Order: sequence, then structure tokens, then C-alpha cells
Amino acid sequence: MKRYSAFAIAREAARYHTGWERAWRAPEPQKKYDVIIIGAGGHGLATAYHLGKNHGIKNVAIIEKGWLGGGNTGRNTTIIRSNYLQDPSAAIYEKSRSLYETMSQDLNYNVMFSPRGVMMLAQTQHEIRGYQRTAHANALQGVQTEFIGPQKVKELCPIISIDGPRYPVLGALWQARGGTARHDAVAWGYARACSDMGMDILQRTEVTAIRRDGGKVVGVTTTKGDIDCDKLGIVVAGHSGHLADMAGFRLPIESVPLQALVSEPIKPCMDVVIMANTVHGYMSQSDKGEMVIGGGTDGHNNYTQRGSFHHVEETVRALIETFPMLSRLKMLRQWGGIVDVTGDRSPILSKTPVDGIFINCGWGTGGFKAIPGSGWAMADLMANGRSPLTDAFGLERFREGRFIDESVAAGVAH
Amino acid sequence: MLILHCPYCGVDAEETELHAGGQAHLTRETVGSDDEAFEDYLFMRENPKGVHFERWRHASGCGKWFHAARCTTTLEVFGTYSAQTTAPPREICDAISGKRPGWSWKTFSARMFS
Ligand SMILES: Cc1cc2nc3c(=O)[nH]c(=O)nc-3n(C[C@H](O)[C@H](O)[C@H](O)COP(=O)(O)OP(=O)(O)OC[C@H]3O[C@@H](n4cnc5c(N)ncnc54)[C@H](O)[C@@H]3O)c2cc1C
Ligand SMILES: [Zn+2]
Repeated sequence: MKRYSAFAIAREAARYHTGWERAWRAPEPQKKYDVIIIGAGGHGLATAYHLGKNHGIKNVAIIEKGWLGGGNTGRNTTIIRSNYLQDPSAAIYEKSRSLYETMSQDLNYNVMFSPRGVMMLAQTQHEIRGYQRTAHANALQGVQTEFIGPQKVKELCPIISIDGPRYPVLGALWQARGGTARHDAVAWGYARACSDMGMDILQRTEVTAIRRDGGKVVGVTTTKGDIDCDKLGIVVAGHSGHLADMAGFRLPIESVPLQALVSEPIKPCMDVVIMANTVHGYMSQSDKGEMVIGGGTDGHNNYTQRGSFHHVEETVRALIETFPMLSRLKMLRQWGGIVDVTGDRSPILSKTPVDGIFINCGWGTGGFKAIPGSGWAMADLMANGRSPLTDAFGLERFREGRFIDESVAAGVAH
Repeated sequence: MLILHCPYCGVDAEETELHAGGQAHLTRETVGSDDEAFEDYLFMRENPKGVHFERWRHASGCGKWFHAARCTTTLEVFGTYSAQTTAPPREICDAISGKRPGWSWKTFSARMFS
């Protein structure tokens, strides 16, 4: 792999950009791999990357039915934060956030990580108490957050109206080191690094069956034929229920579309990420200038990757109260992704009832921020059979009642 | 927008008038059931790509709970029916089998209750 650098740009500029090579290979499948990962989203690619990087396991295929990063990884609003309430969450999300800080250097790929600060608005008394509690919990966990007052909110984000008629801004949970990153670049950067380690990324290859020998996995059937493996990682977000069904077990997961939309591009007007959970909307400004707005999830299961129309109206109506300037903007595009929601709103990183099959899912509406940490932990789990970062996130927690309840802390999709 | 026919008051209700209540025909576990049964009842879900049975409430209408049979990939509605039942009625099953050849409640429910 030729490294990207300022020197490389100068060199290519001098020769009409004829020397750039493909970022990753497009191989044909081999008969067998040590490890197969299903799903070339951020989590699948990061898992493969860390299997190679941290554990020296490089005979790996990543199988993707569409194009890499074409699932939720390429459809999300890219908020990165680690201000969760429960200790196991703080551990994995903070690991993840810290890995984002060096990701561009580690991958030699500019993922445009922008730690511009994330603020979660408190617009009710209940939220003030909730976020103060989270700030205290974060202090104990070593996650840097603070509860700030309305004047500070206004200072950090002048376009906000803090004395809105219905939901005045009463304060906010502020994580200065949170931010955003370029979602596609995260997938592309990992893909390039995986391919460079000799791993095969098989795009436009759908897994249609999982083959077992008694209680143990032996391989998968795909639209390009049978491929064998010793270990299998299922990392398919919204499609987890479908794949688990192929493997012969059930999951505590339901799949629903989550939507986002963007406005026409405008001049820079907001350099922080804002989440307003009471009115259910969140927003940041992209480098292109579009206001990136996250919306709601459908209440009913479906796989349509677009979501119900009325959420657009609800989201925009709610945000306009807090950001009056939005009422003058045209909205350009809307889309959806199928998110995998668990009962306690926390992910599942776990062994499964089938020997050799591991699953990483349930990140639901908020797993972009978790990509590097989840890949790190999942690789550890697959290589060693357990990992301190995944111990609390096993499938058995539902039967045992050991929930990692983040529904209160999150409250909104992001 | 999703439109469902309320089998109680007869209104064709739009999605915004309705409240989705999740998977239908769950077996309600109670005192004496073991942990596995409770796990199934409280957390495990079919989450199928295709035919799905759901509970819905006509929240901004008559207020009653009813059941719907829907396809989660095409959003096609096969029909709605009363919630006072443990299995979908004959006409609904026939409507689904007509549109999804090979589908039967027997195989679906065998998986669901396994
Ligand atoms: C609108 C929206 C906004 C969001 N905003 C945020 C946010 O601001 N911050 C945040 O942290 N998170 C956010 N999320 C959540 C985040 O996007 C996801 O949690 C995360 O991207 C999941 O990554 P993944 O790799 O697990 O799944 P995906 O990126 O969905 O990858 C799964 C892959 O598996 C493939 N696959 C499925 N079935 C098969 C099969 N049978 N064979 C082969 N391949 C298969 C799919 O094609 C897909 O590419 C948002 C999500 C959405 C939809
Ligand atoms: Zn009614």
C-alpha cells in the first residue's frame, strides 16, 4: 500500500494524478478463511482490522451484500460522544472516542474527526436532574463532561433561542471532546487497512445461509457459493434478526428505520453538535455547510430504509422552536437506515448458542461513535473467547436481568 | 403513510392516529414460569423480514387495541383483526398465503413458539 501524505499529493499533482492506486482489492472468495465477518459496515471492518492488528489473525474475509459502508455506517449523523450513564457503557464508548482521536494517523486515512464538542440540552427539570446525575457518573468513570448553564449554552451556540416559549433551555450536559467524523471515510479507511493486511473484502456477496455441523459453525452459503470458516462474526446491525434466524437462534432485537435529513448548504453558523432530547431532534453543521438533522424512529418494525414521512415534520417543527433560523432553510434530502434496537438500549457483543459464532449488534440508533472501540473489543472476544470490554454485554444478560439501561441516559436517537 | 383499518370502529386510521404496540400473539408468562420463558416473553422477538403480526392501538380514535398482519419489507397490509384471539383468523392467513405462496401460520407459529 502506498502511504497517503502531503508528499504523495505533490508527487501526484506533478504527474496528473496517474499514480494513485485502488484503495482496496476486489478479490474472488477463497474456499476457506480462519474468520469470516458478515457485514462490511464500520463495526465489521473495525473488528477485522483489530483481529489483524491486535491479534495477528489475518486470514479473514469480510462479506458484504451491498457496498462497504452502505448500511447505517454511511447513513448516520456521525455524532461521537461517550457521556453515557452506566459503567460498562462508559468503558467501551470512551475507549472508542479515544481511538477516534488517533484514527486518521493509525489508518493513514483522513477520517476528519472533529472534536468540536457535543451538548445535550436540558429543557425540563427532569432533564436537569438526569444530566447532573450523568455528569457525576462520568466524573467517577473518568469521562470528561460538565453540566453548564443556559448562558454558557448561548455563548457556545449563538443561533440557539434559550427562552423558547414551550421548552426554554435550562442548561446542558457538555462534552467538549465529543464531536463528529466523516462516516464514509471511517469505513473506507478501515477497508483500505484490512485489504492491505491481506484480508478479502467481498462486496456484492450476500450470505443466504449459515452452515453448521451439529452445534458448531462450519461456514456460510453466499450468492458466490459456499465459503468455510472456523469462526464467524455476525455484524449486520438491522439485519441481525434475519442472520440469527439463519444460524438457528433468536435475538432480543427489533429493527426499525431511523431517519435523518440535511438542509441546503449555508455559511458556517454552528460549530458544536446539539442534541435536544425533549423535543427529539439533534443537529450539527457539515463541512459542506448543510445542517445535518437527525429524526425519529418508526414505532413499528420494518426494513424500508426510508421511514414514515410524518417524522420529518415532527422533527423540523420541534427544532424550529429552539433554532428559529431553521425556518428559512430548504431541506435537501432525507433518508433512513435500519437500526437494531434492544430492550435496554445497549449493544450485544457476545458468544451465541452456536459454537464459533459471535455476534455484535444492538447498537441501534447510536453505534457510529462506538465503531473503533467495538471493533477492538469484538476482536478480543473472537480471538480470546472473552474481553473485559464485552463481559457485561453478553446475550445472557436479558435472562439474568443484568440490563445496562441506557434508555434513560439516551432518550433520543443518535 | 401507513393506513390501517380499525376492526372495532371501522375507521381507516392514518399512522399518526395509531400507536404501535409490538409483536402480537406473545404468550404471557406469569407466576411459575421459568427464566427462559420470561426471557422469551419479555425480550425475544421474531423481527422477521416479511410477514409480521403486530398489536396496534387506535389511540386518537376509539382507543381500542387490535391486531394487524403486515409485511415489513414492502409495508403491504394483509388485514387487521380483533385482539380477542390467540391466532390470526382464517381469512387473514388465506390472504397472506395467497400473496406469499408457501407461507403458512403453522410453520410461522411453530418457529415463534419453539
Ligand atoms: C439516520 C441515522 C442516524 C444515526 N446517527 C448516529 C449518530 O449521530 N451517532 C452514532 O453514534 N450513531 C448513529 N447512528 C447509528 C449508527 O449508524 C449505527 O449504529 C452503526 O453505523 C452501525 O454500524 P454497523 O457496522 O453495525 O452496521 P451497518 O453499517 O449497517 O453495516 C451492516 C452491513 O451488513 C450488511 N449485511 C446485512 N445483511 C447481510 C447479509 N445477509 N450478507 C452480507 N452482508 C449483509 C449490510 O449491507 C451492511 O452494510 C445513526 C443511524 C441512523 C440510521
Ligand atoms: Zn377504532
